[in-house]
Amino acid sequence: MTRHIPWMLIAIVGAAALSVVALSRGEAVNALWIVVAAVSSFLVAYRYYALYIARSVMRLDASRPTPAIRRADGLDYVATDRVVLFGHHFAAIAGAGPLVGPVLAAQMGYLPGTIWIIAGVVLAGAVQDFMVLFISMRRDGKSLGELIRMEMGQVAGAIALFGAFMIMVIILAVLALIVVKALAESPWGMFTVAATVPLALFMGAYTRWIRPGRIGEVSLLGLVGLLLAIIYGQSVALSPVWGPAFTFTPVQLCWILIGYGAVASVLPVWLLLAPRDYLSTFLKIGAIAALAIGIVIMAPPLKMHAVTQFVGGNGPVWSGGLFPFLFITIACGAVSGFHALIASGTTPKLIASEADAPIIGYGAMLMEAFVAIMALVGASILDPGIYFTMNSPAAVIGTDASSAAAAVTAMGFPITPDLIAQTAKDVGEHTIISRAGGAPTLAVAMAEIFSHVVGGPAMKAFWYHFAILFEALFILTAVDAGTRAGRFMLQDLIALAVPSFKDTQTIGPSLIATGLTVAAWGFFLYQGVTDPLGGVNTLWPVFGISNQMLAAIALMLATAVLFRMKQDRYAWVTMIPTAWLLICTLSAGLLKLISTDVKVGFLAHAAKFSAAADQGDILAPAKSMAEMRQIIFNDRIDAGLVAIFLAVVLALLLFTIRTCVAARRAERPTAREIPTPLVAAE
Amino acid sequence: MSDLLNRIRQMARMMVGVQDYGAYVQHMQAHHPDLPVMTTTQFFRERQEARYGGKNGGKCC
Repeated sequence: MTRHIPWMLIAIVGAAALSVVALSRGEAVNALWIVVAAVSSFLVAYRYYALYIARSVMRLDASRPTPAIRRADGLDYVATDRVVLFGHHFAAIAGAGPLVGPVLAAQMGYLPGTIWIIAGVVLAGAVQDFMVLFISMRRDGKSLGELIRMEMGQVAGAIALFGAFMIMVIILAVLALIVVKALAESPWGMFTVAATVPLALFMGAYTRWIRPGRIGEVSLLGLVGLLLAIIYGQSVALSPVWGPAFTFTPVQLCWILIGYGAVASVLPVWLLLAPRDYLSTFLKIGAIAALAIGIVIMAPPLKMHAVTQFVGGNGPVWSGGLFPFLFITIACGAVSGFHALIASGTTPKLIASEADAPIIGYGAMLMEAFVAIMALVGASILDPGIYFTMNSPAAVIGTDASSAAAAVTAMGFPITPDLIAQTAKDVGEHTIISRAGGAPTLAVAMAEIFSHVVGGPAMKAFWYHFAILFEALFILTAVDAGTRAGRFMLQDLIALAVPSFKDTQTIGPSLIATGLTVAAWGFFLYQGVTDPLGGVNTLWPVFGISNQMLAAIALMLATAVLFRMKQDRYAWVTMIPTAWLLICTLSAGLLKLISTDVKVGFLAHAAKFSAAADQGDILAPAKSMAEMRQIIFNDRIDAGLVAIFLAVVLALLLFTIRTCVAARRAERPTAREIPTPLVAAE
Repeated sequence: MSDLLNRIRQMARMMVGVQDYGAYVQHMQAHHPDLPVMTTTQFFRERQEARYGGKNGGKCC
């Protein structure tokens, strides 16, 4: 009994902190209350819920050999120290998602997002990661697609693979769009990001020929290069010659990124991808740690309201009400389907003992949720006037400081044009108006926090560009790696019809598959960049829906496996989050399709524009009949995409039900694990 | 202290997909004494190719 006392104390502290966050009105709440509430909830959830799942639901067995033991080869299958493996797994799941989603969700206030991140990760996100890791670990580290094929049949596997490819395309488009939004009209940011390309090429050559394998050494050299690029970026931006040369419009940047993606993904990996991955991984871990330390030292008060008037819908940052749209806006950080691909990737092949699975599967996801909480805190310590100035589309607030100040003040968040101009000047940008996408907002917040700890106000511009660089760097790495992964997925898919396409070494199929992948995400990127409402408005919900649907698919697989293990009395552990995700994604998807509100429904929006076009009218923000047609076409493509996602998830729901019913009828467990006796015999 | 530094170094390398070379050599000596062992450079290149060139290219959002 006494061993539970410390945990009870932690639970009481957490409950107290959460009630301070939830109940105080009027006076400003300190950000540390959110951090304390989150950390104590996570600790208690890990101690009790994760261990309950491990012992009762999965029945982990520390004496059962893992793939790393059974198939040890010193390369892919290596029994790895759990702290080292935790780092590996966390670095693979943490990306831009948990940083961007919460920033966008802050338009409804900090309270809804905080509650969803904490409850979502404990009951859904971490459960999903942990279950997939467990399932893959018991099956030689097979991938999600293979696992679905093994447990639910060939057709289900093929549908899931197709769904995963479409999701990859949307993720790449959204990530690239965030980079475009962050770098457009920003010569300083553009110069620093562009400088990473020659820097990475140098690092690639260094690790290839000069000092092979010296990752630490070359990363330090790279870091020095990055800091120099940020410092000299300011002079470049101010130079009358170089400043304009590094100033690009969003459309120009869109084409630069598409070209970059196409070229980078066919270069040898050691030349550009690997060295940039070193930089972005270490910078990401360093920046996350620095942000945590910075928040604790600064202990900033939250300036955003706990709940804003936008919970009912009609917010400027993204459309739609709290339910279901908050739950798809914060995707990564609360629950992310993409993690199912990571948890069935390299990690299950490296895990040394089944006893390590809870800390890696469940624990690393809690850590990711903590990153999401920090992003939410970052967005909420900014003056709400600044937040809405940065995140509202130009169509709503105009493009100059006085129109933006008037529009945002009218929303109920008073701000002066001077403050807008001063903030832009502080961070070394021409403008901060309508810099949607989350990254610039987070960068302003990070500049606020870091400059409080190191350097004071004079360092704000440096820290802002450091934050932009850090975000852009790992997004570009993800674009490059994701294009490659998408290409392999597409080759697998096409090979279902044309078997010869699977040969990943032949030039022809590789180039065709790469081209198709780049064209697919490039199409959505271009659409987002030219979208008069800012793109993020349209694409982020589609991304959120697709990512949460992948999570639902992974949890359905987990449910099917539990039924096949004859552990169905514990299947509520995965069925509850599955049901919640299905409710959220299906209703969000349906609203996107059939809502009559033109701000929410794609088809309603298309109908409004095509009715106007038939009359020969041109509706703002279109400026010509061609733009009208473009908008209608985009709406219909988006609607088709959402319909495909709905069909994929419903089909897999049917396969899951069928599998579960068959498993209940069977007398024995039917799950296709590598059996223990065989394990012992080998 | 040097043990801690070594662990941090190992974790940092593992974050970018490079396993411990010592463990690989040990594995080869214990299980495949007849097979040739890759040098550190070969090992490093093999790991790079496995992480980025194969099917594990996916990273999270």
